[in-house]
Amino acid sequence: MTVSTGGSANLGAYRVAERRERWLLQSLVVPGLALIGLIALAPIGWLFWMSVQGSSGFTLDHYQRLLDESYLRTLKTTFELSILVTVLSIALGYPLAYLISQARPRLAALLMLLVLFPVWTSLLVRCYAWLVLLQRRGVVNSWLQDMGIIDAPLKLMHNFTGTTIGMLHIMLPFMILPLYASMRSIDRDYMRAAANLGASPVRAFWQVFVPLSLPGLFAGIIIVFVLCLGFYVTPALLGGGRVYMWSMQIERNVTYYADWGAASALGVVLLALTLGILWAVGRLIGFDRIVGGK
Amino acid sequence: MFSRPATETQITHGRRLWLYVLGGLVILFLVLPSLLVIPLSFSDSRYLAFPPPSWSTRWYGAYFGAVEWRDATRTSLVAATLTMVISTVLGTLAAYGLHTAQSRFARAVYATYMLPLIVPGILIAIGIFLLFARLGLNNTMTGIVLAHSVMAVPLVVITVASGLKGYDMNQEMVARSLGASRLWAFLTVTLPQLKISVISAALLAFITSLDEVVISLFIAGGENATLTRRMFNALRDEIDPTIAAISTLLILLSVVLLGLTQLLQRSPR
Repeated sequence: MTVSTGGSANLGAYRVAERRERWLLQSLVVPGLALIGLIALAPIGWLFWMSVQGSSGFTLDHYQRLLDESYLRTLKTTFELSILVTVLSIALGYPLAYLISQARPRLAALLMLLVLFPVWTSLLVRCYAWLVLLQRRGVVNSWLQDMGIIDAPLKLMHNFTGTTIGMLHIMLPFMILPLYASMRSIDRDYMRAAANLGASPVRAFWQVFVPLSLPGLFAGIIIVFVLCLGFYVTPALLGGGRVYMWSMQIERNVTYYADWGAASALGVVLLALTLGILWAVGRLIGFDRIVGGK
Repeated sequence: MFSRPATETQITHGRRLWLYVLGGLVILFLVLPSLLVIPLSFSDSRYLAFPPPSWSTRWYGAYFGAVEWRDATRTSLVAATLTMVISTVLGTLAAYGLHTAQSRFARAVYATYMLPLIVPGILIAIGIFLLFARLGLNNTMTGIVLAHSVMAVPLVVITVASGLKGYDMNQEMVARSLGASRLWAFLTVTLPQLKISVISAALLAFITSLDEVVISLFIAGGENATLTRRMFNALRDEIDPTIAAISTLLILLSVVLLGLTQLLQRSPR
């Protein structure tokens, strides 16, 4: 390369260097993409293919079998539990997120730390804690009996109740975090203005505060509901085999029956439901708002 | 003090008393169950009554004395460390690349990186199980680390990307205009300022691997059984008090790591 020929050659060299650098920077994302693509996504494509393969080529039999009553019952349980846990996490999460958002910064930081503590605690530790608390002769039953509230121990685990409590405990922080993020950004002057204009505290809350907190609420609902749909560990432990979730059906088809056709069809349906919900809500309120609210 | 206004709308503390009680109960619901495990782990009894009838450290003895638990703990710690290194490097590279290249594909690439968080865990688990069966990677350390890295990389990307958002890229440009190469500018100017995000991301990756259950149930068996897999199987059979001891140690670890990230965030850059 000759330097003496002046500006245009220099500019050309600069352009080449710039393009090369951009190319280099873009290539930084490749190793991670390769890892995720090869280890996580490619096998899912394979499962997709297996879900439409029978002994004699293409078939939809595996999907047709999902209409069996036993599968439909699993689907119903999964949805019931997911909806119940989502509703309960709103009922418990909204008031707490509201309180934290109104608290002084120091107190708010401390309370958020307490909300985050379970997230950082191992999932199995928390399931174990609930198993210990809820078992027949466990802490909850013995306290209730000592206080004379109940005569005989309640059946609190290895059923729907225990699974709901355990899942609620896991999911609640995922409701509180986006709620808190969106409530904190609400300008307090709005509430002051509402009060000045004669709104009662209750009315100001429902007509001003709640609508402004909706992005966070939606984000929380989606995160919690989608996580619930595919949840495996807590229902498997606290349900004790009596609460049958979609994910457990998948696991059983693989490990007990080695029935990959059914397992992958179940998996594809679960994935389609998950992505479908995310897509629909993303269209409805804008995906950036969900991610941003997180 | 109950008659003092609590908010802009002049509602008083007294009228909101029920809200404080509810909030307090929810906090207790979140925190108390895990904490109750700690005193229970020092119980002398098999039946985990609270408060424990008498105290002992026998469950810690049972944990440290058993070869299976020791092996599983070592497997988990090695896997978590390797996962932390791999996913922190890959995730930081990706976050930096996404931030600087301003490619047309940036949104699509970012979305792809987030997929492991969105796709239900059970589906990723059976997919990896299927793949590793072909590749002979089931029940190997390589397999566990690869699988766990897939789950940890998205979290690293999120954490480092949010750190980059608050960083002024012009500083790197200044370093380069003074003659530093892009790599040198990144290593000596950008990276030190991203330290907090990168370390938080690394800790998050470590915890993610250590806590991972569903994939490990499928691919981490035999000699390379992870701690979570052993715990899960033990919990399915009976409520073994040894797990209370392990849980206490894990809670201690998460408190230390969480405290560490909080301290980092508070310390001046």
